[in-house]
Amino acid sequence: MNLLSYNAQWVLLSTLLLGMAAGVVGVLSYWKRQSLMSDTLSHAALPGVVLGFIAVGTKQLPAMLIGAAASALVGAWLVQWIRSSSRVKEDAAMGIVLSVFFGLGIMLLTHANRMPGGGQSGLDHFIFGQAASMVRSDVMLLAVLAIIVLCVVFILFKEWKITLFDSSYAMGLGLSVKSMNIVYTALLVLVIVIGIQAVGVILIAALMIIPAVSARYWTDSFGRMLLLSASFGGGAGVCGTLISTLGKGWPTGPFIVVTAAAMFLVSLLLGSSKGLLVVVYQRKRAQHKRGTAIMTEQAVEGGRG
Amino acid sequence: MNATIVVNNLSAAYRKAEVLSGISFDVMPGTLTSIVGPNGAGKSTLIKTMLELHPRTTGDVSFLGQSYKLAKTKIGYVPQRGSVDWDFPTDALDVVLMGLYGKIGWLKRPRKSDREQAMEALRAMGMEQYADRQISQLSGGQQQRVFLARALVQDAEIYFLDEPLAGVDAATERIIMETLQQLRTKGRTVMVVHHDLQTVEDYFDHVLLLNRTVIAHGATAEVFTEDQLHRTYGGALRWMREKV
Amino acid sequence: MSYTAWILITASLVGVCCGLVGVLLILRRMAMMADAISHTVLLGIVVAYLITLQLSGIHMFIGAIIAGLLTAVLVQWFHQLGVQQEASIGIVFTTLFAIGVILIATKAGNAHLDIQHSLMGEITFIPWNKVELPFIGGVPKAVVSLVIVLIVILTVLLLFYKEWKLTSFDAVFAASIGIPVTLMHYVFMSLVSITSVAAFDSVGAILVIAMLITPASAAYLWTDKLSVMLVLSCIFGIISAWSGYYAAVLLDTSISGAMALATGVIFMISFIAAPRYGVIAKYRRGQAKATAKVQYNDIA
Repeated sequence: MNLLSYNAQWVLLSTLLLGMAAGVVGVLSYWKRQSLMSDTLSHAALPGVVLGFIAVGTKQLPAMLIGAAASALVGAWLVQWIRSSSRVKEDAAMGIVLSVFFGLGIMLLTHANRMPGGGQSGLDHFIFGQAASMVRSDVMLLAVLAIIVLCVVFILFKEWKITLFDSSYAMGLGLSVKSMNIVYTALLVLVIVIGIQAVGVILIAALMIIPAVSARYWTDSFGRMLLLSASFGGGAGVCGTLISTLGKGWPTGPFIVVTAAAMFLVSLLLGSSKGLLVVVYQRKRAQHKRGTAIMTEQAVEGGRG
Repeated sequence: MNATIVVNNLSAAYRKAEVLSGISFDVMPGTLTSIVGPNGAGKSTLIKTMLELHPRTTGDVSFLGQSYKLAKTKIGYVPQRGSVDWDFPTDALDVVLMGLYGKIGWLKRPRKSDREQAMEALRAMGMEQYADRQISQLSGGQQQRVFLARALVQDAEIYFLDEPLAGVDAATERIIMETLQQLRTKGRTVMVVHHDLQTVEDYFDHVLLLNRTVIAHGATAEVFTEDQLHRTYGGALRWMREKV
Repeated sequence: MSYTAWILITASLVGVCCGLVGVLLILRRMAMMADAISHTVLLGIVVAYLITLQLSGIHMFIGAIIAGLLTAVLVQWFHQLGVQQEASIGIVFTTLFAIGVILIATKAGNAHLDIQHSLMGEITFIPWNKVELPFIGGVPKAVVSLVIVLIVILTVLLLFYKEWKLTSFDAVFAASIGIPVTLMHYVFMSLVSITSVAAFDSVGAILVIAMLITPASAAYLWTDKLSVMLVLSCIFGIISAWSGYYAAVLLDTSISGAMALATGVIFMISFIAAPRYGVIAKYRRGQAKATAKVQYNDIA
């Protein structure tokens, strides 16, 4: 892929927007303490992608994306049902849906690969991602979806802030936590659906976790965390895609993830809010004076997962 | 008579904040002490830090003149009920039996005598007919009694209990306090994180007022006063007392 | 032994190994860690290959154990640094997995390494070991590894049965009576790692998760005794393996995919129909309570 080619620029745009959308939704997941749900749902999307292909007969992005979304939503609903109606805990429920749906997806994939129009390369790219294989119309669609995600988060910013950090106040205001949860699930599924082509089913979760956690090390403010996470995600998207062009047939997903991980390590060490160096420095200072109870911060952030 | 527990300048932190600061106190055998203080005062953390379940930043603790590592087998700990998965496939007798695992030792299986000992403890808690009941089917108070039976079976010298009376019914409360008082009579040392100020004077002969540091420690009659409580709770307390 | 028989034996062994480990996995709420480890063992295997330039069994296992322990250690470390548990898991395994994929894509282009098959594994085709089922004169390597792993699992599990029980039920209490909880955690993570690798050949990394979590979860819904849960989990694992295989042959599709689906089917049946903890049973109990209430209200 020629870096400066027209197509290349479109691809870079899509991974940029994907990174931003994933970063932003990742912050929501983080505060909802559901970081791995994205992993579960992205694996659950696979059968839907393949069914979308089988239904249409050729590799048509809209059909596959609708399939992916439907499949992921069924997965989300199942996790909830299992968790609420039995003693099986949430992590096991997630593991069940993740693996069983993925297994079903593989079964369908084997079948689809034998169909005319199937072909190894097309569908398999959904597992590891291959941004370069996207055509302009795909990119347009994904870009639009990503912008929708960003807009929804931006417009509902105040509502997110309240429901995530003070749900009793939210209920007092008549703000339905339940409907915000529905919106959240929709956004989650949208980002997954956008991302699976560029980054693949297995690694989209990375984009929704790593930039958000990285941002945490620079700020305590929800708004700034959203902005930072979007930047980290978008940056990782672009850099990763660029790096992946250096080799023939290199998948984009892993390079984007490794870039994001590098940003995370830097944030972990140097981040101005909770980065290691800063914490060590602050601890030394705290030993000279009694620390005031920062119990509220702990109650809100409560990183004890 | 030597103190069974000696705490010296103990401090602990949680993330950036100092949660315990320069804690020092001695506890004598044959006492039943309640640890009392506002939310976030560090009561649970105090016990956890003493039992090395939470890292300390300064200070040391000795039990019966020894470090925690050496005295471990003589210390019984009943954590808060919420720390356990009640859906775990096990019954009440089994849970009590777990208290003997330390004594039974590695690679050995529990024997009949161990099982009988566990039944005895359940009997003492009035729970013998629930021996083979799956623990998720027990009420909160029953679960607490099973926990206490597990502690009893350890036959420890020192006991720490974290909010044992939280959310239990009256019958359970009575049986727990009776058991703790029996332990005291037998010369054991018992420390209890307690949430209900109303009952401190009825149940405990000693009290430790805690708010990140020791506000006061001593016999309940002397230390559990309006003045000291205000210092502990910092005004977040309304004192209502009926003068008898 | 016939071709099919070897496949079924291998699949059954996977079912039993995963079934046993899976029970402790879900009781200790480490299902997501299993997800993580089964991805990161890929990196372990790749690095082992790049260092030793061999695809022999023992190096793979060592690489896998190191990868598994590294995963557990890193997750623990990040968690202690204040990152939420789930997020820690997410960061560690996706990054390590991504590194593994990059190494394969860039360096090992000429090798026998094949991402597809390590992920989705085909019991009928094992590119790692240059061993095809049925093995020429002897036992397939995969079966040997699985049997060894099974022996290790059974030994560790049975020797320290009560300690596993206690540390899974109440780790805090266990620590207070002197049981080395952290050590046992890492031993367990190692068990998960070697089970993942041994099962790799047959069902692939991602579907190891299905075998680890789903039969155990199904068993959980049928019993209140840990020992029964362990046995039942193995049985469900074996049934899933066999029915998955035959379904795949019938439908001419991926065997590992079908096995994963089979675990799901068994789980769903259990979820709905289990006598005490199934949805129907719960519903009936709810109805009975409501009727009793109505009757009481009539009398009162």
